[in-house]
Amino acid sequence: MNLTVAEKILYAHVGKLTRAGDIAITPVDGAMATDTTAPMAIKAFGEMGGTRLWDAERFHLVLDHAAPAPNERVANLHKLMRDFAREQGCALYEIGQGICHQIMVEQGHVRPGHVFIGADSHTSTYGALNAMACGVGSTDLAAVMLTGKIWLKVPHTIRIDCRGQLPDGVSPKDLVLYLTGQLGISGATYMAVEFDGEAFESMTLAGRMAVANLLAEMGAKTGFVTPVGLHIPHAWAAAGWEGTFADPDANYVKTLTVDVSKLRPQVAAPESPDNVVDIDRHLGTKIDYAFIGTCGNGRLEDLRAAAAVLNGQHIAPGVRFVIAPASKQTLLDAIQDGTAYALIQAGATIINPGCGPCVGTHEGVPADGEVVISSANRNFRGRMGNPRSQIFLASPATVAASALTGEITHAGNL
Amino acid sequence: MKCSGNAHVYGDNIDTDRIIPGKYTKTLDLQSLADHVLEDLDPDFRTRFTVGDVLVGGDNFGCGSSREQAPVALKVVGISVVIARYFARIFFRNAINIGLPVLEVPDHDIQPSDVLTVDMARGEVLNQTQQKTYRATQMPDIMLAILAEGGLVPYLKKHGDYRATLR
Ligand code: SF4
Repeated sequence: MNLTVAEKILYAHVGKLTRAGDIAITPVDGAMATDTTAPMAIKAFGEMGGTRLWDAERFHLVLDHAAPAPNERVANLHKLMRDFAREQGCALYEIGQGICHQIMVEQGHVRPGHVFIGADSHTSTYGALNAMACGVGSTDLAAVMLTGKIWLKVPHTIRIDCRGQLPDGVSPKDLVLYLTGQLGISGATYMAVEFDGEAFESMTLAGRMAVANLLAEMGAKTGFVTPVGLHIPHAWAAAGWEGTFADPDANYVKTLTVDVSKLRPQVAAPESPDNVVDIDRHLGTKIDYAFIGTCGNGRLEDLRAAAAVLNGQHIAPGVRFVIAPASKQTLLDAIQDGTAYALIQAGATIINPGCGPCVGTHEGVPADGEVVISSANRNFRGRMGNPRSQIFLASPATVAASALTGEITHAGNL
Repeated sequence: MKCSGNAHVYGDNIDTDRIIPGKYTKTLDLQSLADHVLEDLDPDFRTRFTVGDVLVGGDNFGCGSSREQAPVALKVVGISVVIARYFARIFFRNAINIGLPVLEVPDHDIQPSDVLTVDMARGEVLNQTQQKTYRATQMPDIMLAILAEGGLVPYLKKHGDYRATLR
């Protein structure tokens, strides 16, 4: 049939074959919105004449972007969401539960083969689970709340084949930063990306999520990490599921083949996530502030990588190191296995699970002229709340190594 | 729909943080968004702008976050239409959904302060200053139908559901 993964998933949902470039109106398996997007969506839902959600079991609200509320304005938006959830009987994840994307995966709201719509651009993260997940804005989401459907242009697909295994000390974040640099910030605009090859087959779920997270920075509509080797920690997964695979003769607009076995750690320099170079180009750049967290890399594996790099040493004087665990579960696990203890001993400040300072709302805005190194996914000017600061993006290991020395540092050189 | 105004021209990859910084987005007071529109990109924008002007970008306009506050901020400040070589996908959808006219014009050489007349129905942009006409890319029917109703809210209020369309 020469179908891509996106074409197959849509075929299964729409019940008739649509091809790249066609318009499909598809039912969705689930949807979510956050405290940045839900208030406008709830308002639009009402204005559309909506009174009941199409399916309260499949709709989820998350308080994560500015939570706990930093001011009265946000507090009132949170209240509006709580009231709506109570009235409609849908799930609302309270402050401190974590980042929407981490929660959707941890709680099993999104599954392989799903069409999932999130009112947040990094909804693409669920491509790690072989689901077709697309980020939208508030009004599109309101339409899903009302109809349980969305219209989509069936995307063309880029295939990325990564041969070989990542070298020691080179993480999935380094790989996906590299790929973002290769494709460029608009390299996959309107398209889907299929990540295939050995390098992904041996990757953890957390690593796959870090990869799919940056689809948004390639401009992609959605994407899929190969389901080969995917381990899902849910009871239903044990019952067996079949991943969706592209047909061998599927049509791609472009195929990229990369040998990853010699990749170096990468950094994205200010002010664009595709401004990516080998770390060597920026070694020694002084930093003021190191941040680990976000839906990009704030998971247990990332916190452990940071603790391993710190290895009992204290961060450099004059540097601050903020960590926002991706979810409450992440934090509990990090407490239980001693990772949190080690990080705090080393001088880190652990803040509540959620988006933290990622989007410049609260909990650690950089000062004028300061340089930040962060495990997040965006380094646009002003992203962390101050247009006169600069942000480098890197893997958690690189962020921790840089916190230790006060300058951009290759963890392998410590 | 036809509109005329001065062009405000910016480059490629204008991201949503530059259109409206994330720190201002947590509000339902849409008018307040207008006070901060484009402030990190062009601090003088508000002083040069008159209601009805046209915003012009290069490639990938509106990349970055899904915040609908970005097109809303442009709409409430009084931008009549946004032209770009092409748009980031979420911004493109959001703009149509909230009824902010946007046009993809792959080939243009619009300069700051050029006076433009935009004919949305015909997908044409007349550059009065340079005496040139540019053609826009054809939008899918469903987007045209949503825009024709003034956005997705009035569209769904009227129809109750998506109406099938194939293009
Ligand atoms: S962690 Fe950052 S990128 Fe991820 S959803 Fe939150 S604000 Fe967005």
